[in-house]
Amino acid sequence: MKIAIVNYGMGNLGSVRRAFEELGAEPLIANHPSALYDVNRIVLPGVGAFAEGMAHLDQGGWSDTLRELVGEQGKPLLGICLGMQMLAGEGHEGGVTSGLGLISGQVRRLDALGCSLRIPHVGWNEVCHAEQDVLFEGIPSAADFYFVHSYAFVPEQREHLIASVPYDVDLTAAVRRDHVFGCQFHPEKSSKAGRRLLRNFLSYSPC
Amino acid sequence: MLKVRVIPTLLWKGLGLVKGVGFDSWRRVGPVLPAVKVYNARDVDELILLDINATLENEWPDHDSVNDFSEECAVPLTVGGGISSLEQVLALLHSGADKIAVNSAAYADPGLIDAAASRFGAQCVVASIDVRRLDEGGYRCFSHAGTQDTGREVLAWARELADRGAGEILLTSIERDGSMSGYDLALVERVARAVEIPVIASGGAGSYQHMIDVVQQAGASAVAAASIFHFTELTPAGAKAAMQSACIPVRRNFVGEANP
Repeated sequence: MKIAIVNYGMGNLGSVRRAFEELGAEPLIANHPSALYDVNRIVLPGVGAFAEGMAHLDQGGWSDTLRELVGEQGKPLLGICLGMQMLAGEGHEGGVTSGLGLISGQVRRLDALGCSLRIPHVGWNEVCHAEQDVLFEGIPSAADFYFVHSYAFVPEQREHLIASVPYDVDLTAAVRRDHVFGCQFHPEKSSKAGRRLLRNFLSYSPC
Repeated sequence: MLKVRVIPTLLWKGLGLVKGVGFDSWRRVGPVLPAVKVYNARDVDELILLDINATLENEWPDHDSVNDFSEECAVPLTVGGGISSLEQVLALLHSGADKIAVNSAAYADPGLIDAAASRFGAQCVVASIDVRRLDEGGYRCFSHAGTQDTGREVLAWARELADRGAGEILLTSIERDGSMSGYDLALVERVARAVEIPVIASGGAGSYQHMIDVVQQAGASAVAAASIFHFTELTPAGAKAAMQSACIPVRRNFVGEANP
């Protein structure tokens, strides 16, 4: 299984690569969009701010390639943290910015979503899923995953929300539209539960 | 519900781990890599690794070593010590650090916090503050591993760091460090009230009750500790069990791999 990890200059690539290596996959760090054509899976990692992340994706030519390969041709993709947020149509961090538009929705600051607790939301929190998605196979609802974020994805369509996390308000923990997956938490830093989730992403077969 | 984290702190000096008392009288406690492996195998919530020599000797953080440590770490890893530029932050993140802790450099160049937060996101910038209690009352911030008086008052500095975009504050009491006599509850409480971002309490843990107290009485979002784990039989898992008994939410470790 060949996996490309998109290197657009902002991610914690090392941890993501190592996590997939432990699972027996062949992750490669993609430094150019052309590297995405030959792989079975794409991972879009990310720590950082939405506007700056999109600027890097656009300038590096990644955005068009991702829309083509993932949006049109159906290659499975997992977005992590900022990488998940950039799947949205629009982000509000660093000014209102267009996202990749692979899953319709907006990315808003937690206080704009009614959160009154400390921001950022940092630490281990429960990922709750009512209907078991393939991404959470073997992982009970309310297992703890590691979060660190100040903004959250609000999907336009309810069916794209596959897991949520209880802060003082419920926030989006994971989204999915067909073969496009995204998680707000960091599976690569969530120890055994995270490894299981990444394994589920590898095992997923689009039909 | 968000869980309260128990975070072992590893102080790294030259080739090995050390632990002192009051930022002094350093004792060697062994090599770094095996300690990282053990904590990872025990599935701790998070690890903080601070190079206490880097700032004093004006050295760059040691990326190669960080790379080796992060290879062994499947939980979040914060790295600090000697960070004074965005290039260093980027290099550490590429070496596998998930968050970076900035301390001394922020006093001379507070804009480093803004720049790091806007480039890499507030969530990966931990502002570390080392504090001494003044005889006349109040608290003063010290830089360079506690050796230089910055003249800054702690609440104003904590607020400034938060306003500039820090995502968390690692708050260490220099007097309590290594004393195992309990966290400085008044200090933690004041800072936790002064800022909206999470505060990690550090310095003084000598019992599980100390950890419970700093969460329940002072509002810490996480507890960091070193001596208690190096020099006693107490463990992070034990701390979490004790905290849970005191109705503090802690992370339950995932063991669901029996039926893959």
